[in-house]
Amino acid sequence: MELTGAQILLECLKREGVEVLFGFPGGAVIDIYNELPNSSIKHVLVRHEQGAIHAADGFARASGKVGVCLVTSGPGATNTVTGIATAYMDSIPVVILTGQVPTPLIGNDAFQEVDIVGITRPCTKHNYLVKDIRELAHVIRQAFYLAKSGRPGPVLVDLPKDVMQVKTEFIWPEDVKMRSYNPNYKPHAGQIRKVANLIREAERPLIYAGGGVITSKGHEALTWLAQKLHIPVTATLMGLGCFPGDDPLWLGMLGMHGTYAANMAVNNADLVLAVGARFDDRVTGKVSTFAPMAKLVHIDIDPTSIQKNVSVHVPLVADCRLALEALKEEMEPTLEDYDFEGGHMSWVTKVQVWGKEHPLTYKQSETTIKPQYVVEKLYELTNGDAIIATEVGQNQMWAAQFYKFKRPNTFLSSGGLGTMGYGFPAAIGAQFACPGKMVIDVAGDGSIQMNIQEMATSVCNNLGVKIVILNNGYLGMVRQWQELFYNRNYCETCMDAQPDFVKLAEAYGATGFRITEVGDVERILKQALETPGTVIVDVRVEREENVYPMVPAGASLTDMLLV
Amino acid sequence: MRHTLSVTVENEPGVLSRVSGLFTGRGFNIESLNVGPTLDPGVSVMTITTEGDEQIIEQIVKQLRKLITVIKVVDLTEMKSVLRELVMLKVNANDANRAEILRVVDIFRCKVVDVSIDELTIEATGNHEKISAIVGLLTRFGIKEISRSGMVAMKRSTQG
Repeated sequence: MELTGAQILLECLKREGVEVLFGFPGGAVIDIYNELPNSSIKHVLVRHEQGAIHAADGFARASGKVGVCLVTSGPGATNTVTGIATAYMDSIPVVILTGQVPTPLIGNDAFQEVDIVGITRPCTKHNYLVKDIRELAHVIRQAFYLAKSGRPGPVLVDLPKDVMQVKTEFIWPEDVKMRSYNPNYKPHAGQIRKVANLIREAERPLIYAGGGVITSKGHEALTWLAQKLHIPVTATLMGLGCFPGDDPLWLGMLGMHGTYAANMAVNNADLVLAVGARFDDRVTGKVSTFAPMAKLVHIDIDPTSIQKNVSVHVPLVADCRLALEALKEEMEPTLEDYDFEGGHMSWVTKVQVWGKEHPLTYKQSETTIKPQYVVEKLYELTNGDAIIATEVGQNQMWAAQFYKFKRPNTFLSSGGLGTMGYGFPAAIGAQFACPGKMVIDVAGDGSIQMNIQEMATSVCNNLGVKIVILNNGYLGMVRQWQELFYNRNYCETCMDAQPDFVKLAEAYGATGFRITEVGDVERILKQALETPGTVIVDVRVEREENVYPMVPAGASLTDMLLV
Repeated sequence: MRHTLSVTVENEPGVLSRVSGLFTGRGFNIESLNVGPTLDPGVSVMTITTEGDEQIIEQIVKQLRKLITVIKVVDLTEMKSVLRELVMLKVNANDANRAEILRVVDIFRCKVVDVSIDELTIEATGNHEKISAIVGLLTRFGIKEISRSGMVAMKRSTQG
């Protein structure tokens, strides 16, 4: 049967298992929207295209599936660029469908024309311009395959209006074969044995886990290895949730705002197992002093990550889960022959003492509300079971430090790009992925205003997303840097002109709460979490509270500023 | 150290900007880049010469392989290969020095492809060093125009 391009597109999406589409219509995509009512796919109308891409990203992070967004040509497409770069930096599988002017007009500076394939080339895993309807089904199939396989990432498909209108015979390509793309998943057996031997020889081993553990669903194997072999675990921001945050072997996050125990452990370890992490500058600090005593093992699915920032002793290109499972298989039969518990006891004790000497802490106040206290209360009230999205800055770091994540896919945060305005739309996407779960956006008063328009999306879809604004009237993280490194020159970081967030919530038809007294935090937070529908909680926190520990940019991990 | 990479790519729009964008975006250096068709109309071969230490070259090769439209990357520097560049030079020539220029042309087995009263246009092929030597020798006569092709390369057949 002959179908139009729009019909073929929607049929392909359905066959790829797409249930939700985050989008915003426009002239170049009307033909797709015209067919949408005939499809079983739910469309979520956002209020800005950046909201659509972040929601698709949040959906992907919370569900592990591919998130999809649909926008029009020109400004619709360019509005997604920040979100595409966000997903690219964090290796999140999303497919972005953009409208394009009709093929005869491409290159003529037509109305709402932009070369979105050119613009997004450096921030997508791959992108396509479909010029011929006969390629459409293949391209959509490849786009989903590329987005979710290997090291996942965003894939953009640009769809000219005329290609959506013409008809062709629809043939579903059963196989996706690409001669130039064959990601390697299986770990090399010899390398696995090498790693196993290094673990057996190590006296002070440490696991440094990243987002790849979560992407590959390697958390169970990782937890097994850590617990059976008595190896302490630290993780990057992207890795939070890959190991239970309440386990005695858990050290907390490492790096710039990492814990004292984690950074000291890196500095003293004789073996560091980097799994699905990429030695980002926020993690390593000064690279030349990173893990100075350790042999480095680096497991990653992307060969370019290996030997990029640091040179490692044992590289292992493989899917993290398969590599961790292979390690488990290698270690399990001889587990009895080695006394890992006894062998690592003094090391584990030492690491735990560091944790006790300088735990994550803050000075509680009786007059002002400490933001860390608010996150702690959120953790208690939700029993650590909520999905936490964050914006970027101090709110993000406090959420990462004081909420003890137990499970993967429960912490949604823009790690690589550091995109303010990410959290709220991502929370909306996550709520669609997990309708039964409590989804909370831990926000700052600055970043929440970057995508505040999505309140309408949340309210009209009856979503129960809770926004907790740690409101200090500052762009807090920049202010912190200005305080510590720029002579307290708080240039343009004071945001004292802000909306009344309670009234704003009400204006959108949501519920607003304000907390100004320490004594009210627990009670009002509880009430807010129990209130159905979208809720904003405006928490007036200590204005000049800083995130500690802090390793100044470019310094060694041991040069920590502590509370 | 200079490396010559042979990069087999899908012959489709945008592939050149994917490759060149990778170099600019990551701060790698392209010394020369040459693209041409192969017997398979769906496939092109790029010859890229670039410079960098071992770690940078390793990154360049891996990053190229990561591009979806790149089928194969071979670093010809590590193997026996034939490297050739073509150059065309328009050189000032008068009665006093024409014979001397022609001697250089002869020694380097170049070709004169165009002649006028006061100019000689010379075509030369060879590896990078030979071309540079020719250019160096002819500079003193005054080179009015130069056009270099960039490197093309091929791995040598394995000896039986």
